[in-house]
Amino acid sequence: MQSSLSSAVTTKAPKLASRISILDVHDVTVAYHRKPVLWDVDLTLTEPCLLGIIGPNGAGKSTLIKAILGLVPLVSGSVQVFGQSVASQRKSIGYVPQRESVDWDFPVSVLDVVLMGTYGSLGWFQRPGATEKAWARQCLDMVGLSDFADRQIGQLSGGQQQRTFLARALAQQADVYFMDEPFAGVDAATEQAIIVLLRKLREQGKTVLVVHHDLRTAPIYFDQVAMLNVRLVAAGPTASTFTDENLHKTYGGRLAILDRLSQAVESQTRTR
Amino acid sequence: MFDWLPYNTQVVLVGVTLLGVCSGVIGCFAVLGRRALVGDALSHATLPGVGIAYLLAGGKHFAFMLLGGFVSGLLGIGVLSILKRFTRIREDAAIAIVLSTFYGGGIVIATVIQAQASGGQAGWDTFIFGQSVGMIWDDAQWIMALGLVTLVIVALLFKEFKLVAFDPAFAHVQGWPARAIDFTMMLLLLVAVVTGLPAVGVLLMAAMLIIPASAARLWTYRLSRMLFLAAAIGAGSGIAGALLSSSVALPLGPCIILFAALFFLTSLMFAPERGLLARAFQRRRDRIALLADLRAGKEPI
Repeated sequence: MQSSLSSAVTTKAPKLASRISILDVHDVTVAYHRKPVLWDVDLTLTEPCLLGIIGPNGAGKSTLIKAILGLVPLVSGSVQVFGQSVASQRKSIGYVPQRESVDWDFPVSVLDVVLMGTYGSLGWFQRPGATEKAWARQCLDMVGLSDFADRQIGQLSGGQQQRTFLARALAQQADVYFMDEPFAGVDAATEQAIIVLLRKLREQGKTVLVVHHDLRTAPIYFDQVAMLNVRLVAAGPTASTFTDENLHKTYGGRLAILDRLSQAVESQTRTR
Repeated sequence: MFDWLPYNTQVVLVGVTLLGVCSGVIGCFAVLGRRALVGDALSHATLPGVGIAYLLAGGKHFAFMLLGGFVSGLLGIGVLSILKRFTRIREDAAIAIVLSTFYGGGIVIATVIQAQASGGQAGWDTFIFGQSVGMIWDDAQWIMALGLVTLVIVALLFKEFKLVAFDPAFAHVQGWPARAIDFTMMLLLLVAVVTGLPAVGVLLMAAMLIIPASAARLWTYRLSRMLFLAAAIGAGSGIAGALLSSSVALPLGPCIILFAALFFLTSLMFAPERGLLARAFQRRRDRIALLADLRAGKEPI
C-alpha cells in the first residue's frame, strides 16, 4: 500500500468545520484496458487552496480530474467532496474541460455557453431567465469578454474560447473548481488574466485544482502542488513539495533532458 | 387551403409536412452530434422488424409495422453501442456492419414474403423505396400523433438537449443524466425514422434528417433558429415533393429528397457568411485590404 500523502495546509487558523475535508481521493486506481493510468492515488485537501496538478505527458493528470468527477470509471478507490459522494455535491463543483473536448463550430453564442453554467441551478424544463442572463453577463465581464457575448463561439481565438469556458465555470458558483489545462494554447495576456482570476477565487475561499504543464510557472502560480506520474509522487505546499528531488522522481529521465535544455538556453543568453 | 387537390393528396400533404418538420428538427441534433450516419444505419435497421411485423400481422397493418420497425431499430442501436463499447471496432465500421446486416436481413424476409402467395400484391415493399399513394387518413393520424409528441419533447427538453449535444461531460458534472438524455435524443431520432419510412422509404430516410439540418446550419449560428429553419426546409421539401409526385406520378421519397437537395444547394451558394459566394467575396475583400496595408507600409499587428 502506498503511503498516504496529505496536503493539509499548515493548521494555523482552525476553521469550525475543519474536520470535513474539501476533497478526499482515496486509493483511486484507473486503467484503460490492462494499462493502469492512475495507481492507488491518495489526495486529501482540508483547506481552500490553489492546487497545481503537474506531471509528464501520460501521467494521468486529466484522468485524475475525470476520475474525481465520475467521468471515467474507477477500478478501485473512492472520492468524496465535502465528506459526501460527488454525485450529491454537484452544485458545489465547477468544471473547465479541455478546450478541444467540444465542437467550437456548434451553433451557440458565447453568452449561451456561459449560461450553461447556470443550468445546474435550474430544474428540468426550466429555461434560463433574466436573472441567469444578467449573472452570465457578469461572469463574462469577469473574464473580460463582455463585448463578445453575442459572437458565435467559433469566431473566438483560442484564448477567448478558454476564457469562455472559465466564465461558464464561474457561472456555476461552485466551491471547488476542476480545470483541465486552462492555460493550454493561450496567449501571455490571457494567461495573466486567468491566473489573476484564479487567485481571486482562492481569496474568496474557493478551492481550485488545475492541470498544469509549465514547470516554470507552476511554483509561481500555485500554493499547493500535486506531482503525478501514474502514482502520486508528492503533494503539499509548493515551497516544500516542488523540490528537485520530487521533480526528478516525477519526471525521471525526461527531466534530465529539460535540465540540459535550460542549461543550453542559459549559456546562450550568457554568451550574447 | 388545398381544397382543389384530390383527397388523397391532401392527406399526404398533412403527413409529409409534419414529417418534414420533425425530421428537420431531430436531424439538427443528429447532425450536430455527428450522428448523420447513425441515422442512416437506424433507418436500415428498421427493415427486418417491418417485415416480421408484416408476416405476423398477415398483411399491411400500418401501426403494427411501425412498431416492428421501432423494435428492430432499437435492436440496431443496441448492437451499435455494444460494438462501440466492448470492441475496438471503429465507429464507421460498426455503423456499416449494422446497416448492411440489418438491411440484408430485411431483404431475406422480403423474399420470404414475396414467396408467399398472399404477399404478391405487396404493400410492405413500399417501406424500402417509399410511396404516398397508399397513405390513408389513419396513417397520417399516426404521423401527426408521433410528430406532435416528438415536438413537445424537444420543446420541453431544449435546454437539456442543447447542453448534452454541446458538452456531455460538462452536463454530467452538473448532475444531468447525460447518457439518458442522449438516449432520449436517439429514441426521437428512431421515432422520426420509423414514421417517415412508409412515405420516404428505408433508403432515403436518412437524407430527410441530414439535408434540411445541414442546409439550416448554413444560415444561422443559433441553435433555436437552426431548428426552426430546418423544420421549414423539411416541411417545404415535403410539400413540394408531394405535389410534384402526385401530379406526374413520381415516387414520393425521391421527389422530397430532390427538393431538399435544392434547398441545400441554394443555401450553400447564397447563405450569408457560410455560403460559398459570401466566403469568396470575403476572401477577396480580405486580400484587397491586406494588399492596401502592405503598400501603405503598415506593420502586421
